[in-house]
Amino acid sequence: MDLTISIVTGFMVLGAIYAIHARDLLSSVIACAIVGYSLVICFLLLKAPDLAIVQIVVDTVTLIIMVAVVINSSREEPYTKFDTQGYITAITGILVIVILLYFFAVSSQTLDVLGKSSLRMAKYYIEGAAQKTGSANLVTGVVFDFRGYDTMGEAVVLVTAVLGVLTILRLKGKK
Amino acid sequence: MKGMTIIVKKTTQLIAGMVFMYGIYVIVHGHLTPGGGFAGGVVIAGSLILVTLAYGGDFLKLVKEETRTTIVESFATILVIMIAVSGFLFGMKIFFNNFLPKGIVGHLVSAGVLPLYNIFVGIEVAASIFIIFLSLMIFKEESPK
Repeated sequence: MDLTISIVTGFMVLGAIYAIHARDLLSSVIACAIVGYSLVICFLLLKAPDLAIVQIVVDTVTLIIMVAVVINSSREEPYTKFDTQGYITAITGILVIVILLYFFAVSSQTLDVLGKSSLRMAKYYIEGAAQKTGSANLVTGVVFDFRGYDTMGEAVVLVTAVLGVLTILRLKGKK
Repeated sequence: MKGMTIIVKKTTQLIAGMVFMYGIYVIVHGHLTPGGGFAGGVVIAGSLILVTLAYGGDFLKLVKEETRTTIVESFATILVIMIAVSGFLFGMKIFFNNFLPKGIVGHLVSAGVLPLYNIFVGIEVAASIFIIFLSLMIFKEESPK
């Protein structure tokens, strides 16, 4: 299973790199969708079907909206020349990547195996959750019963985002 | 925004109802099978977006005339926001207190108030996603050229 997840994750990295360097904006948007749908496969392999359902639906709706935005705007990318500042930026990026990989390799020695984590709170959630909440789906029991405040904050975030969209996108003022 | 061709319209008539019913199924069975309020709400919003894209804004009377546009649009906006906020209010008031009887684990009517949370969060998410799409469409058409 680890080899499959590694292959899918490498595919996600390739899609993200192509999304930055594509000449056409439409193919860049579709390359972003590669990352999202590969993440769905990762969730299914890690045995999280709730997250997989949410991810595949949200990714499809986001792709529709982004394609509708790209078609109405200019698709051509302006030509940029690769001068000395580009070299400085590239060298800085490579340095940051090397440092991050080094610290990740050091810290990953002490971590548990993926999926085998043993949190202290998770033990109390798992044992007897069906009798405590009455829900056969453990994820719904945790999200709406044990962690109710988190779900309320999520709903408030969504309403606030919609209010922000309605405020910013209005081009013509009210009379 | 004009609609699409006759093939797309007929296919939309066949599919949109089933997609809507599937979203309701995902929401109602959220405490038994994978899924829940968020996933089902986005599925319902997707079916509404499908109908709007296939038939265009003229069929749904989204944009009529210059003078009435702001009134209709503001009323629809306020209605959808009120639905969202009411789902938030009624759904989240009784938060820590699973006061209804639990029932038998695995039945459709069980788990106390958790199905009510699922239903109201589903309504709120569907309204939010759909209103973002509608605002992108309406505000573009009424913008000065």
